[in-house]
Amino acid sequence: MTDIFGVPIVVLLGQLLLGLINGSFYALLSLGLAIIFGMLNVINFAHGAFYMLGGFAAWLLLSALGIGYWETLIAAPLMVGALGAVVERLFLKRLYRVDHLYSLLLTFGIALMLEGLFRHVYGAAGKPYPIPPSLTGGINLGFMFLPMYRAWVIVASLAVCIATWLAIERTKLGAYLRAATENPGLVQAFGINVPFMLTATYAFCVGLAGFAGALAAPLYQVSPGMGSSVIIVVFAVVVIGGMGSIGGAIVTALALGIIEGLTKTFYPAASSIAVFVVMVLVILIRPSGLFSREA
Amino acid sequence: MNSTTMVSSLEAPRTRRLRTTGGLLLALVAMLMICAPLAIYPLFLIKILCFALFAAAFNLVLGYAGLLSFGHAAFFGGAAYITAHAAKVWQLPFELAVLAGTAFAALLGLAFGTLAIRRHGIYFAMITLALAQMVYFMAVQMPFTGGEDGIQAVPRGYLLGIIDLRDITAMYYTVLGGTILGLVIIWRTVNSPFGHILSAIRENETRVTSLGLKPERYKLIAFTLSAALSGFAGALKAIAFQLASLVDVTWHMSGEVILMTLLGGMGTLIGPIAGASIVVGLEHFLSTSGLPITFIIGLFFVVCVMMFRRGLFGELKALLERSRS
Repeated sequence: MTDIFGVPIVVLLGQLLLGLINGSFYALLSLGLAIIFGMLNVINFAHGAFYMLGGFAAWLLLSALGIGYWETLIAAPLMVGALGAVVERLFLKRLYRVDHLYSLLLTFGIALMLEGLFRHVYGAAGKPYPIPPSLTGGINLGFMFLPMYRAWVIVASLAVCIATWLAIERTKLGAYLRAATENPGLVQAFGINVPFMLTATYAFCVGLAGFAGALAAPLYQVSPGMGSSVIIVVFAVVVIGGMGSIGGAIVTALALGIIEGLTKTFYPAASSIAVFVVMVLVILIRPSGLFSREA
Repeated sequence: MNSTTMVSSLEAPRTRRLRTTGGLLLALVAMLMICAPLAIYPLFLIKILCFALFAAAFNLVLGYAGLLSFGHAAFFGGAAYITAHAAKVWQLPFELAVLAGTAFAALLGLAFGTLAIRRHGIYFAMITLALAQMVYFMAVQMPFTGGEDGIQAVPRGYLLGIIDLRDITAMYYTVLGGTILGLVIIWRTVNSPFGHILSAIRENETRVTSLGLKPERYKLIAFTLSAALSGFAGALKAIAFQLASLVDVTWHMSGEVILMTLLGGMGTLIGPIAGASIVVGLEHFLSTSGLPITFIIGLFFVVCVMMFRRGLFGELKALLERSRS
C-alpha cells in the first residue's frame, strides 16, 4: 500500500472526503451568512440554530409523520425559511436603524432560545436518521470506496451553492438584489418592494441553512448542539474569506474543509483549531480577508 | 450620549448631584455587601461578586470603547485554569496564583486585541469569538486542564500567609476586597483622560484620529486592561470554588457576560454589577426549577434588545436626566 508521510493513501483520501463534506456544509452556511450580511447588514448568529432546526425538521417529519427523505429535503427548508421570515418581520426589521451590534445580539438570543428549547424537549443526545434506501451502498473507485450518500451530499450542496451564485450574479432578480445592497433608497424609488426583498432574502438564506441541516441529518446525528458547534467555524470561514464575494465564500469554505481534513490525518490533535489558526494567519497577512473588495 | 464626557460649567451642579446620588448608592451597596454573609450563603455571594467584576471589566470595552467582544470567556476561564494549576501543582501561595492567572489573561488579551483590532465592528465580534473558541478547544485537549473534569480540589491557601482562606467568611471578604479593588481601577480608568478618549473613540473614531491620537493604541490598552480584570475575576472564582472547569471558557459564558452588561446598562458603572446579580440570581433560582435556563437567557437577550437597549440603569439615568431638565 502506498503511504504519504507514513499515512496510508486510503486513509488520506477518506479524510479528504470527510473534509470536502464538512466544507460543503460550511459553504452552504457561509454563503447564506454572506448574502444576509450583504443585503441586511446583519450578522446572523442564529444561522447555526436554523441549521439545527433543518435537521430536527427532517427527523420529526420522518419519526412523527413518516414523511420520507426526498419530500423532507423540500419541506424542511421551506419550514425553516418560513420561520426565518417571521423572525425578520417581527424582530430584525425593527433593528435596521440602530447599531449592527444589536441585530447580532438579537440573533444570538434567538439561537440560545432555539437551542435551549430543543435541548429541554428532546435532550442533548443525538437522534439517528437513516440514510434513504436509494442512496445506501457505495461505489468502488478502485483506489477507495465512495459511499453513495456522501457523494450525494457534496454534489447536492455544490449544485445549490452554484445555483444561488448564478441567480445572484446572472439574473435580473439578482441584479435587483445587488442594486438594493448598494443603494436601497434608489431601488425603492424605481418601484421595487425593498422591505419584501429583505424578508425574502433572509427567509431564503435561512432556508439554505435548513437545507444543510436536513442534508446533514443522515450523516451526523440530529442534536440540539449541532448548530452552535458549526456556526463558530463558519464565522471564522467568513472572516477568512471576507464577506464581499459570494464565490469567494464558497471557495474558502471548501478549502477550509479540506485543510481541516488534512490536519485530521497528519496531526489529529490540532484538527479542531486548524481553521482558527488559518484565520489568525489571514488576519496577520491580509486583514480585510482573502476575497474582500474593501482591501 | 454620555453626559459626563462633556460637562459644561452650566451643567456642573446637576452632574455633581448625580455623582453624589451614585456615591451614596455605592456606599449603601458596600454596606450591604459587608453585612450580607450574615443573611445569605457566602459562596453564592462570592459568585455574584466574581461575575460583577467580570461584567464591569467587560463593560470597559463594550460600554466605553464600543467594542463588542464575543470572547471574554477565554480570559475569565483561561485565568481560572492557570490560577488553579499554579495553586495546586506549583503550590504557589494565594496571591501569586491569582497574579499568575491575571497576568496570563492580560497577555492573552494583548494577543487577541492585537489581532482583532485590525478589523472593525462586526468582524471584531466574530474574530474574538473564534479566538476564544480556539482557547476552548485547547482547554479540552491540553493534559494539564483535566479535560471534562477540570482542575478540582484547588487549595485555597492563606491570605498574606496568615489568614486561612478555608474559612468561608475570610474567603468572602478577600473576594469582596479584590472585587472592590477591580471596580476602583475601572472607575479611575473611566474617569481619567484616557477614559474620555475611549468614549470619544466610540462616538466618532475619525474625529479622534484627526486630533492626532491613535485610536488603535487606546483600544488595545483598554482591551488588555479589560482582559486582565476579567482574568482577575476568574482567578478569584477558581480559588473560592476550588475548581477550574470547561464551563468558564465556553462561548455561552462570553454570551452571558454580554447579557449581564446589556441588562444592567452598558456604559454605566453600576449597571453591569446589577446585571450580574440578576443573571446569577436568576440562574440560581432556575437551576432547581427544572425550567430550561438557556432558553430563558436567550429570551432575556431578545427582550433587552427589542424593548430596552440602554439596560436598567441606562434607562434610569435617561429618566432622571429627562425629569431634571
